[in-house]
Amino acid sequence: MPDESYPAELKYFKEHDWVRVEGGEATFGITWWAQDALGDMVYASLPDVGAAVSSGQPYGELESVKSVAEIYAPVSGEVVAANDTLVAEPAFVNADPYGQGWLIRVRLSAPSELDGLMDAAAYREFLATAGS
Amino acid sequence: MRTLTETPRRATKPGAPPPGIRTIYEKSRPGRRAYSLPQTGVPEVSLDELFPGVARRRRPARLPQIAEVDLVRHFTELSGRDYGVETGIYPLGSCTMKYNPKVNELVAALPGVRGLHPYEPEELVQGALELMDTLSRWLAEIAGLARTTLQPAAGAHGELTGLLLVRAYHEDRGAEPHIALIPDTAHGTNPASVVMAGYEPATMPSDARGGIDVAAVRRFVNEHAGDIACLMLTNPNTLGLFETDIVEVARIVHEAGGLLYYDGANSNAVLGRSRPGDMGFDIVHFNTHKTFSTPHGGGGPGAGPVVVRDILEPYLPVPVLKKTAAHQYTLDYDRPRSIGKVRSFYGNFGVLVRAYAYIRALGAEGLREVSDAAVLNATYVMAGVRDLFDVPYERPVMHEFVVSAEPLRAHGVRALDVAKRLLDYGVHPPTTYFPLIVKEALMIEPTETESRDDLDAFVAAVRAVVGEARSDPELLRTAPHTMPVGRLDEVAAARNPVLSQRFPDDEVAAARPT
Repeated sequence: MPDESYPAELKYFKEHDWVRVEGGEATFGITWWAQDALGDMVYASLPDVGAAVSSGQPYGELESVKSVAEIYAPVSGEVVAANDTLVAEPAFVNADPYGQGWLIRVRLSAPSELDGLMDAAAYREFLATAGS
Repeated sequence: MRTLTETPRRATKPGAPPPGIRTIYEKSRPGRRAYSLPQTGVPEVSLDELFPGVARRRRPARLPQIAEVDLVRHFTELSGRDYGVETGIYPLGSCTMKYNPKVNELVAALPGVRGLHPYEPEELVQGALELMDTLSRWLAEIAGLARTTLQPAAGAHGELTGLLLVRAYHEDRGAEPHIALIPDTAHGTNPASVVMAGYEPATMPSDARGGIDVAAVRRFVNEHAGDIACLMLTNPNTLGLFETDIVEVARIVHEAGGLLYYDGANSNAVLGRSRPGDMGFDIVHFNTHKTFSTPHGGGGPGAGPVVVRDILEPYLPVPVLKKTAAHQYTLDYDRPRSIGKVRSFYGNFGVLVRAYAYIRALGAEGLREVSDAAVLNATYVMAGVRDLFDVPYERPVMHEFVVSAEPLRAHGVRALDVAKRLLDYGVHPPTTYFPLIVKEALMIEPTETESRDDLDAFVAAVRAVVGEARSDPELLRTAPHTMPVGRLDEVAAARNPVLSQRFPDDEVAAARPT
């Protein structure tokens, strides 16, 4: 398992998701803290390309050896890609949560929602208090 | 982190028995038999004459061929590797793994009980019907409600039956609510049953005291006026805490037109002390294997009787037991508003007999003592281990309690490692990682059947393991060390489950891509 980290170039959501913004699109995944809390992943259920996701609403499920967790969209948009490699290798979410373990990419429908997300420092602070 | 391609540190194949025990398939030798039949004078009829070709196998089933004595030795050996309530303490929180008194089996094995056939005419089974009626009335009294159906075959089946009653009730009133409220501490079966019944689960948060958040319920109900079908709750909840606001919660849900469903999984805490009906619940299911000492089936026959308030009686599954005169009973199928049948025949009668025997043996006073002792035992064990862990809610506990093993993470040890190491001390570990709202949860339910000596031994084992977590954490991370198999690969077990055994050469054939 990688060491705990929260890359500075990402934005963070209170449900322990990260967002990487690239132009009008954004990639979602779950944070190191979330994968550590859930434990070893065994299954990922992700939306189809074209599906709409909305901020604060669940868009998929991750099943670990401990439990099944819903994953929440940090911001709204339309799914343009889902990480199909997780079907065969859900362990990427644990081994490389910010890289190969990405979940979906969306075309942002309300970019102003990004302003409501945390930066890495704020997320660490959130973990130290309410988030954990 | 393990990746899925580098898992083979197992000593054995997945699904294979522990080293030292060969499978029944490996023991098979062509021609061995566990029986021999004498020659008979009756001419043999060929299968071809009895069944059309389409109904017959093309090849005979390939079954293990083994002598009777080897068969008996095989399963005796396997049973020696098992652990159950007859081996030792089994403090699996929320599952109430209590001892099942042998008198239950004695009664269930009486020829007049064991030999019954479900197609026997009513007039020949009046005693069985009376037993069912008596048990129904006892369960109604314990629940504080009016009528019982004994048909559901398990707790979750009782949940589904109860929710179908909720649906029938609303439809009868021309209402079509579609939301079922469920607290975030609920058993996983609750939302699953809700979805199966066609409703949508809405999760209610817990408050700072570990109870359902009444303000959140009120707010949600106001925002979804007319759309609340029911609320499902376990009391005490899965944190082992009594829901002290239940009467107010019931009022809110009832005023919104919804019903209240009581998940009886934790009834062992309150027998004869508080009744779901008095708390405001309209529907209750009991898990007889938890509360009334019927066997914990392992998938085998069970019973999840459902008890309801009088307003729901018209919807009960058919057949409904009807008393026609003193000691005279009939099975009533003429119930136009019934939800229909939920189970073949009349439920699992043999299981119900055991629950009857248990209640009969203890009586009302004895059942109260069951719950009192269950609560006392949990409180005693908690006092013995609480300094080792985080205690999420500082309140008196009921029949079970939840602590967090989070403090051990500083040593690189998790709740799962504690559970695995406890195996080496010869005790069954508690439930881990449930309820979900407590991190690194250990959920402990000793039940009333453990003596103080056994509780002390369990506490000593937990204390020893936590001591090791500090001095030699690797010992826990690689536990168990004394079991027939070591740490199992849970990811591989979840992703590539092996669900059956085969002959070794069949296994090779099955693995070949088709």
